[in-house]
Amino acid sequence: MSLDELYKETILDHYAHPRNKGKLNNSTITVEGANPLCGDEISLYLLVEGGRIVDVRFEGRGCSISQASTSMMTEIIKGKDLSQVRALIDAFKGMMHGKEPEIDLGDLVALQGVRKFPVRIKCATLAWIALQQALDSFEERGAVVTRVVEE
Amino acid sequence: MRMAIPRTVREDFPIFRRRVHGKPLVYLDSAATSQKPRQVIEALVRYYEEYNANVHRGIYTLAEEATAKYEEARRKVATFIHARRPEEVIFTRSTTEAINLVAYAWGLHYLREGDEILLTEMEHHSNLVPWQIVASLKGASLRFLSFDEEGYLVLDDLERVLTERTKVVAVSHQSNVLGTINPVDEIVKRAHDVGAIVVVDGAQSVPHMPVDVQKLGCDFLAFSGHKMCGPTGIGALYGRYELLEAMPPFHGGGEMIQLVQLHTSTYKDPPWKFEAGTPNIADAIAWGVAIDYLCEVGMEAIRTHEKELVQYALNRLQEMAEVKVYGPRDVERRGSALAFNVADVHPHDVAQVLDQEGICIRAGHHCTQPLHRRLGVAATARASFYLYNTEEDIDQLVAGLQRVRELFSRVPR
Ligand SMILES: Cc1ncc(COP(=O)(O)O)c(C=O)c1O
Repeated sequence: MSLDELYKETILDHYAHPRNKGKLNNSTITVEGANPLCGDEISLYLLVEGGRIVDVRFEGRGCSISQASTSMMTEIIKGKDLSQVRALIDAFKGMMHGKEPEIDLGDLVALQGVRKFPVRIKCATLAWIALQQALDSFEERGAVVTRVVEE
Repeated sequence: MRMAIPRTVREDFPIFRRRVHGKPLVYLDSAATSQKPRQVIEALVRYYEEYNANVHRGIYTLAEEATAKYEEARRKVATFIHARRPEEVIFTRSTTEAINLVAYAWGLHYLREGDEILLTEMEHHSNLVPWQIVASLKGASLRFLSFDEEGYLVLDDLERVLTERTKVVAVSHQSNVLGTINPVDEIVKRAHDVGAIVVVDGAQSVPHMPVDVQKLGCDFLAFSGHKMCGPTGIGALYGRYELLEAMPPFHGGGEMIQLVQLHTSTYKDPPWKFEAGTPNIADAIAWGVAIDYLCEVGMEAIRTHEKELVQYALNRLQEMAEVKVYGPRDVERRGSALAFNVADVHPHDVAQVLDQEGICIRAGHHCTQPLHRRLGVAATARASFYLYNTEEDIDQLVAGLQRVRELFSRVPR
């Protein structure tokens, strides 16, 4: 298996030049995700208005896969309403477990190669699982600060 | 260059016939666990095929043979670390279990509210978390000796952190990340002056250099078989006999008792008092064989060989401007665990690229989160060496790191 399949240029580009990096002071949802095994950490800041993600930022450190996946995720969810975001989460997680995505995932398809490196799948899904849990608690309770630790 | 140990030693390790992703295996993770020579693997098979029986129970031939071999293994371990007598060696599952044994059996019995336990900032979680648990149960507190920029313990601080309240000093002999060899003998003297006992985590020292508990003067020493050519699941706690005699048991059950009544029991003498239940017979015996193997190669030769390898690795890595190495540069004061980072590339990515070349290194926090926090990084990559490694292995590592650099420079900054 070739490493070029894993480290596609899109991934390296997002790793070197992460989009939406930083903090949002007026966020409605703040969520921290961590993978204690590898020390990957991300904090997601989401501003939700009228059921739509109007702004998003992230901070974090970790491997190229986790950071690129987070960067791409922020790009694709910005401006989407929450039901669309849910569909994206399902499609992305499905793709990482071998299902062909039925909606357009844009740059994220570059992460498909990660499937061939099973230990790295968690790196790719870290931000997505954090996002999903954040939305779950948001829809239950309104504005939230959550911490998710992926085992 | 001619090394202290000839490369023919690799022929004793069947795993080196293996290829990974079509490449010869370059194993640089012996600090996590070492590879096993054929002699050790055969000893395991021989036990199960020829004299498998429980120990200290049967009166039949097989049981007698198994018991004799098991106790012979204990003698080998004791001699290896220069214990005064075999009864000072308790078989455990690992270093981790050995440290938990001291923390619970000694700590729960002797620690009082307000007492202090002195650790260092470079401890493996296994020499930290058990003390956190026992300290919180007993109302004792933890203090820490820090390390400097080069990775040496700041001994000048002992003055401040070692006090009349200190009851236990627990310190690793050799860091599994920085490689630093800590001056345990000096720490022991200072600790004994204030009446504290000293527990040494020997997981990374006992496999790699001659260790003499009488010279060190420590009260306890914990180490694992699997890091020194032995099987997994077997380790030992050395303890000074008087201390072991005075301590209550750790686990209760069969094998560790003399007389059991409904409400009370009496216990065997050490070390059997601390070995409840059927022990890990096969692995203890095979560990004894691993020790024979190491003694035949010679622990001095192994130490010299590793010094040569680390010096070579330090020199080669220095050629790469983007590689930052942690820990001491003086090979006299460090072992062969070598942590490093490649600028702008996460250690996981480094390890992934190297894996593709058949090179095994570790990436992460290596069970030392506080140490990494102190270094200001979330993770490091780590290469570690043993008797079967060669300079070519290090050349492969350097070539692999060049490949990492190539892959990750495809995107303009
Ligand atoms: C310094 C140190 N202490 C303790 C341990 C724990 O050893 P084990 O996992 O065999 O219990 C290790 C190895 O992982 C180590 O490197």
